[in-house]
Amino acid sequence: MKKRLLASLAAISMTAACALCPGAAMAETKTLRLVPHADLKVLDPTFTTAYITRNFGYMVYDTLFAMDEKGQPQPEMVRDYKVSDDKKVWTFTLRDGLKFSDGNPVTAADCVASLQRWTARDNIGHALSAAGGKWQAVDASTFTLTLERPFGPVLDGLAKVSSYPAFILPARLAKMPADRPLTEVVGSGPFLFKRDEWVPGNKVVFVRNPDYKPRSEPASGLAGSKAPHVDRVEWVILPDSNSAVAALKNQEVDMIEQTPADYIEPLRKESGIAIGVMGRNQAYMVLNQAFPPFDNAKIRQAAAHAIDQAKFVSAMGYPPDLRLDHCDTFFICGGPNETAAGSAPYAKPDIALARKLLAEGGYQGQKVVVMLPSDPVYLNAATLVAIQALQDIGMTLDIQAMDWATMTARRSKKAAPDQGGWNVFVSSASEFNVNSPLNNTYLAASCGNTLPGWPCDKELDALRAQWIAAVDPAGRKALLDRFQERAYQVFPNVPVGQFSLTFAALKSLKHTDRIWGVPNVWVLDK
Amino acid sequence: MAYVIRRVFSVVPVMIVVAVIVFLLIHLSPGDPAALIAGDFATADDIARLHAALGLDEPLWRQFVLWAGKLLRGDLGTSIFTQVPVTTLLAQRLEPTLSIAALTMGLSIVVAIPLGVLAAYRAGSWVDRLVMVFAVLAFSVPVFLVGYLLIYGFAVQLQWLPVQGYTRLSSGVWPWLRSLILPCVNLALVYIALITRMTRATVLEVLHEDYIRTARAKGLGVLPVLEHAVRNAAIPIATTVGVGIALLIGGVVVTETVFAIPGIGRLVIDAVQHHDYPVIQSVLLISAATYVFINLLIDLSYRLFDPRIRY
Repeated sequence: MKKRLLASLAAISMTAACALCPGAAMAETKTLRLVPHADLKVLDPTFTTAYITRNFGYMVYDTLFAMDEKGQPQPEMVRDYKVSDDKKVWTFTLRDGLKFSDGNPVTAADCVASLQRWTARDNIGHALSAAGGKWQAVDASTFTLTLERPFGPVLDGLAKVSSYPAFILPARLAKMPADRPLTEVVGSGPFLFKRDEWVPGNKVVFVRNPDYKPRSEPASGLAGSKAPHVDRVEWVILPDSNSAVAALKNQEVDMIEQTPADYIEPLRKESGIAIGVMGRNQAYMVLNQAFPPFDNAKIRQAAAHAIDQAKFVSAMGYPPDLRLDHCDTFFICGGPNETAAGSAPYAKPDIALARKLLAEGGYQGQKVVVMLPSDPVYLNAATLVAIQALQDIGMTLDIQAMDWATMTARRSKKAAPDQGGWNVFVSSASEFNVNSPLNNTYLAASCGNTLPGWPCDKELDALRAQWIAAVDPAGRKALLDRFQERAYQVFPNVPVGQFSLTFAALKSLKHTDRIWGVPNVWVLDK
Repeated sequence: MAYVIRRVFSVVPVMIVVAVIVFLLIHLSPGDPAALIAGDFATADDIARLHAALGLDEPLWRQFVLWAGKLLRGDLGTSIFTQVPVTTLLAQRLEPTLSIAALTMGLSIVVAIPLGVLAAYRAGSWVDRLVMVFAVLAFSVPVFLVGYLLIYGFAVQLQWLPVQGYTRLSSGVWPWLRSLILPCVNLALVYIALITRMTRATVLEVLHEDYIRTARAKGLGVLPVLEHAVRNAAIPIATTVGVGIALLIGGVVVTETVFAIPGIGRLVIDAVQHHDYPVIQSVLLISAATYVFINLLIDLSYRLFDPRIRY
């Protein structure tokens, strides 16, 4: 009797205790909690090039093609496609049963409208337009791309990973004016965005999309099946790195998307935590070519001769196995377009030659404005190394420290450096934004609406156009080499080092080895 | 009543001045929301188009008139970035902010006033010195450092409490309280120190008054004497507590950041970092109004402690 009473009391206590447990009612729900690298601000991935919005896009939207883990474009929403013998007409057919989260089927008209929106914004889209590209729906599931001239990277463009991926959204949204970000989120991707639980600056919530129709092939990179293994994903915004790491150790979150460099080694020593590579990054020094002294190619070459990449990546704090002491290419070492063409003179810093080139270029000690960001930390460190390198070759610097937001605004100003403009800044980009002459927008030198630095070189621009038009692999490789040789002469930007961004995850999280480039969380399981 | 009405109306010019200063400060500071929205790979043309779309290419006076006009109609505007109405953003953050303010101040009052009275009553003794050493330390050690120490001790090592996050009251009292213990203790240490010192100083002064000496001479016990003393020392303490509440509602950025509490402080800082003008302007204006309102309540509360006060 006494035992039974005790057992009953214990059962009641446990029930009562469980009622106090957070999420007791959702015991069966698998929730993945991830600390993203930034807060989600803009919900429209064709409106901003911010990586966090791109990552949001991959959660809720789908793409026609996607890159597999070998960096090859594979059909995703597309069932099959064909190209005419003259490479000017591409025909795509959608898979059956694709559905948007508003319940409507995905049609060819939706794809055409989405691709038109993408074409207007993306640099590959611009290049497609320049090649006379026209999208047209044939029937409910078939559409075509008609070109006036052959265009090599059609599939690479449709499978483009970053800034801007060609996400497919309903035609009614794709046709909305492009001068404002879309706020309605209707996609056909693996997750649904829970707007009612979104607290900007705090939490972004996604749940499994019951209408998502996966491919039969297993997940590979961003291609294949994206059927999630978890029911719910929460992006927990933790702006303080120390708290984020403590939350991971305490198992309150499962993963930190980007581990700050100085936390990598300590976390490697934690038994329950694994560090993995999210993707490769390239840091580069941008020189303002609209104003002296960097409007002179010799001065830019001088700056490049001052660069010791090993010092940059070391200062950024990345451990030796996550950085390269030197990378010869503008297009990511280990990437599909790696080439050493033209790089030999810059394999090692040459201060004497740099000083000689400065003199030949007519540099007479005028002040060079360097923008020094106080955040993020790794770019602050890289800029400090750039400052030292430029001082070593005899340049007179005006170092102006500012926060990242201010620098972002200021770098887009074309004013003279002594009137609110600038001469030098250092930044970095994901491999997907630099791994080809087309993706690497800081190499665009079309003398017009280019990125800050405003490089202008008609020869480089012509080589870029030829590379885009080339369709045979051997011809493309030769043109790639010529493009890089020219880039090493005119330096639209100066690469300063390659390093790998890492994530930190609980070891109990499964399949983290399949993370590829962006947080493709559909591969993860708990 | 006339006093209250007069005070309420006196808020209007204050708010106008605050509105103009806030507007000018944030619009004249360097930075551009359009460049931030557009991202790292946007061209100058992209940014210019965005400027026009957001109305940022309008003259400053026109932007101010448009904002003020909306404000007068009760429209606080919409975040440039998230396109979420500022009222929604504020509503999302009201519960965590008020929860932190209430718990922190409750804890501070419960601990600090008895400590201050004890220190005053035992002035010069080792108890007094101990209390004062604690107060100086609690006030001097940076909030973020104490926050990290609390996280390390109670969350990472002992695993009693969560490192971060806020659980809504609707999820249950204990989960809600559990998410607030560390941030509130972190913040309360500062206020405990402040209120303890204030209480000690004012009570000590009152304890030397003639009427206290008389009360003691009449044989009144310690507690009734202290009760008289605290009541007479209450006005500066109430002022300190009131200002503390106003500061807490205005946002406690460091604590909210360390513990990832989605309060008003983080909303403002985030908006400042991104130059999200409508959010900064509206939230700062509302914070100023709250501050003025709480000050009015403090003034009115003086009559509770001293019926001789007339307005």
